[in-house]
Amino acid sequence: MSFETIPGSWYLILSAALFCLGVVGFLIKRTLITVFMSIELMLNAVNLSFVTFAHEWHAVKGQIFVFFVMVVAAAEAAVGLAIIIAVYRSRSTLNVDQIDLMKL
Amino acid sequence: METMNAYHLYLWLIPALPFAGFVINGFLGRKLPKLIVSSVALGAPLASFAVVVRAALMVWPGSGSVALPYVENFAGTWMLAGLLHVDFTFALDQLTLIMLLVITGVGFLIHIYSVGYMTHEDGYWRYFSYLNLFLFFMTVLVLAENYLLMFVGWEGVGLASYLLIGFYFDKTSAANAGRKAFVVNRIGDFGFLLGMFLILAQFGSLSFSQMGSSLANVPGMHGGILTAICICLVLGATGKSAQIPLYIWLPDAMEGPTPVSALIHAATMVTAGVYLIARTHFLFDRSPMALAIVAIIGAATAFFAATVALVQTDIKRVLAYSTISQLGYMFLGCGVAAYSAAIFHLMTHAFFKALLFLAAGSVIHGLSGQQDMRKMGGLRKKLPVTFWTMTAGVIAIAGIFPFAGFFSKDAILYEAFQHGTPGKVLWFVGLVTALLTSFYMFRLWYMTFFGESRADTHPDTHLAEPGLNAKHAHGVHESSWVMLAPLAILAVLSLLGGWVGMDRFGGFLAPVLGPVTVPAHEPGGNTLDLGLSVVAVATAALGWFLADLFYRRKPDRPMAIQASMPGVYTLLENKYAVDEIYGMTIVQPLILFSRYVLGGFGEVGIIRGATWVLGGATTLSGEFVRRWQSGNLRSYAGWLAAGAAVLLIFAASYALGVSGTMIHLNWGGH
Repeated sequence: MSFETIPGSWYLILSAALFCLGVVGFLIKRTLITVFMSIELMLNAVNLSFVTFAHEWHAVKGQIFVFFVMVVAAAEAAVGLAIIIAVYRSRSTLNVDQIDLMKL
Repeated sequence: METMNAYHLYLWLIPALPFAGFVINGFLGRKLPKLIVSSVALGAPLASFAVVVRAALMVWPGSGSVALPYVENFAGTWMLAGLLHVDFTFALDQLTLIMLLVITGVGFLIHIYSVGYMTHEDGYWRYFSYLNLFLFFMTVLVLAENYLLMFVGWEGVGLASYLLIGFYFDKTSAANAGRKAFVVNRIGDFGFLLGMFLILAQFGSLSFSQMGSSLANVPGMHGGILTAICICLVLGATGKSAQIPLYIWLPDAMEGPTPVSALIHAATMVTAGVYLIARTHFLFDRSPMALAIVAIIGAATAFFAATVALVQTDIKRVLAYSTISQLGYMFLGCGVAAYSAAIFHLMTHAFFKALLFLAAGSVIHGLSGQQDMRKMGGLRKKLPVTFWTMTAGVIAIAGIFPFAGFFSKDAILYEAFQHGTPGKVLWFVGLVTALLTSFYMFRLWYMTFFGESRADTHPDTHLAEPGLNAKHAHGVHESSWVMLAPLAILAVLSLLGGWVGMDRFGGFLAPVLGPVTVPAHEPGGNTLDLGLSVVAVATAALGWFLADLFYRRKPDRPMAIQASMPGVYTLLENKYAVDEIYGMTIVQPLILFSRYVLGGFGEVGIIRGATWVLGGATTLSGEFVRRWQSGNLRSYAGWLAAGAAVLLIFAASYALGVSGTMIHLNWGGH
């Protein structure tokens, strides 16, 4: 079974599954690193659906979007990891339930 | 209307100069040395007076340089809205000229006097800037060629009066008196405004000359709307000229410095109401009812105020009630259409009443602030110049030949007598008032200058004008020449001012106010009129005799009379309790209405209630919504996910419901 024979819907189903995994991980995990990884997972799930649609409709726009998302995700990873390190240094914990100072 | 004149009279300078004095002293006076403040304060009215005199010489009958009325538009159009067209226009005619000469002339004398009187006061510069401001507004008032510009002056003199009554503003009674004067005048101004609206509706113009000419086109027009206009204007005049029912502010206005009482509350500002009636006499001539109202108000006020003056013990209060009474005479004169006589009395009254107030000020000054006549006495030798000048004033106001008051009062009484049967009643009231006037003025004279000194050995700590006492609390002393010179000049004017004579005075004013009949003692009179004059002088002499009897020869007699009819005496001493009656019937209900209806329901109920409900609702919803912002990252994420899910469901159902087709995807390979 070659690559072309796999229907596009399978990729979309995989994308949705990955996205839901990301959402669930984001909601239930307490460690900041894991939450961060869940976000990356969601981004890449969306990338996958972008590529799928681009391939199905023979349009290049979706692939260009993916590049944008990857660039932004890279920048976000750099900034986010820096913030995580700073938070750990000041609070000695990465449990998101204890990082709740920004409230009324 | 505009007459072509070869010469320019520069009328705008007359108010502009005092205004410049006000600006200089008002803004810089605090820092300037006293000499410069005085120079500016005296220079402005003197220069203004010079401009008036120059104008008077140029318009004098016979000189022929300038024809009257002389109209000067000094700043173009003021308002132009539909039918309303108001210009910045000054006009000079015979009436305005007389008023200007009195205002700037007497005003300048009082300025000189003030330099001596106020020399120990802290707010020296403030006092003079207010005084110049007053002259500015007063000259605008009499120069204005339309009602609206006149109203500017009318309101402005009220402001200056308020500022000067409350000059000692750290004294509660003075501050209250200023407020009272302002509020009572507002009631009168309300009438003035309504009158202006009616005039605008009826004539489409506020200009005196245009109103005059449009009235001349309808010779048959009488009463009706004209009466309504006149009554509104009379309400304004009663406020400004302290007549029944709005006279109550004037006695309290004596809280101001004495020269202010002389200038504003005796000689000039309070005559503005009389001027207003004389200026608009073409309306009053068409409305017998309005004239009757004016006459009755005048006669009632003259008599009523004179009775109150009989028992007052504060020297300035006696003069205040005397002023109200004399203004009543002027109203009486206007009410019998004898406008020239009223203006004549206005002029002589300006001389002798200014003199009386200034002399009283000199007495108060000499006694370091004492105003109670019961604590005066025997001042004839100690204050000789003040005594002799005041004597001239007393004789003048009593109406004894040949002093000024005799001529003008006689002219008014004569005109009233000629005015049919109601006129005889008015004449009789006027005559009785003349008796009372003579009595209370000589009573003041005897109590102040004759007999033994009744002064306290202990200085009174509650004196009316605090600066006087604080700065030089030494013995009784005559005032300096700065104060005595104006007294002397005014005394001469009080003696000679009437000799111009009613025929010449009335003849001069005739182009504005219409021809006059000539009273007795002058060429052209007859024996009946001579008889009236003799009766008037005899009445005045009787008043003098009674005062002499009661207050010099038998000083215990007044006490006996007072004891024999305590009710009447108390009634008079309490000024008929008019202040209290007004307080109960008008002021208290207004206060209650304001406090409970406007304040309780309107302010608290509606305004504060509305903001309370709005604020409360916002706070409550905030209390509820703030729980969302927990600071917990996972709860934010949960809401985010829930929101996204809701959006997704909504979008999907919308797409299914509206288009009825699934988004087409290639589910199978091909």
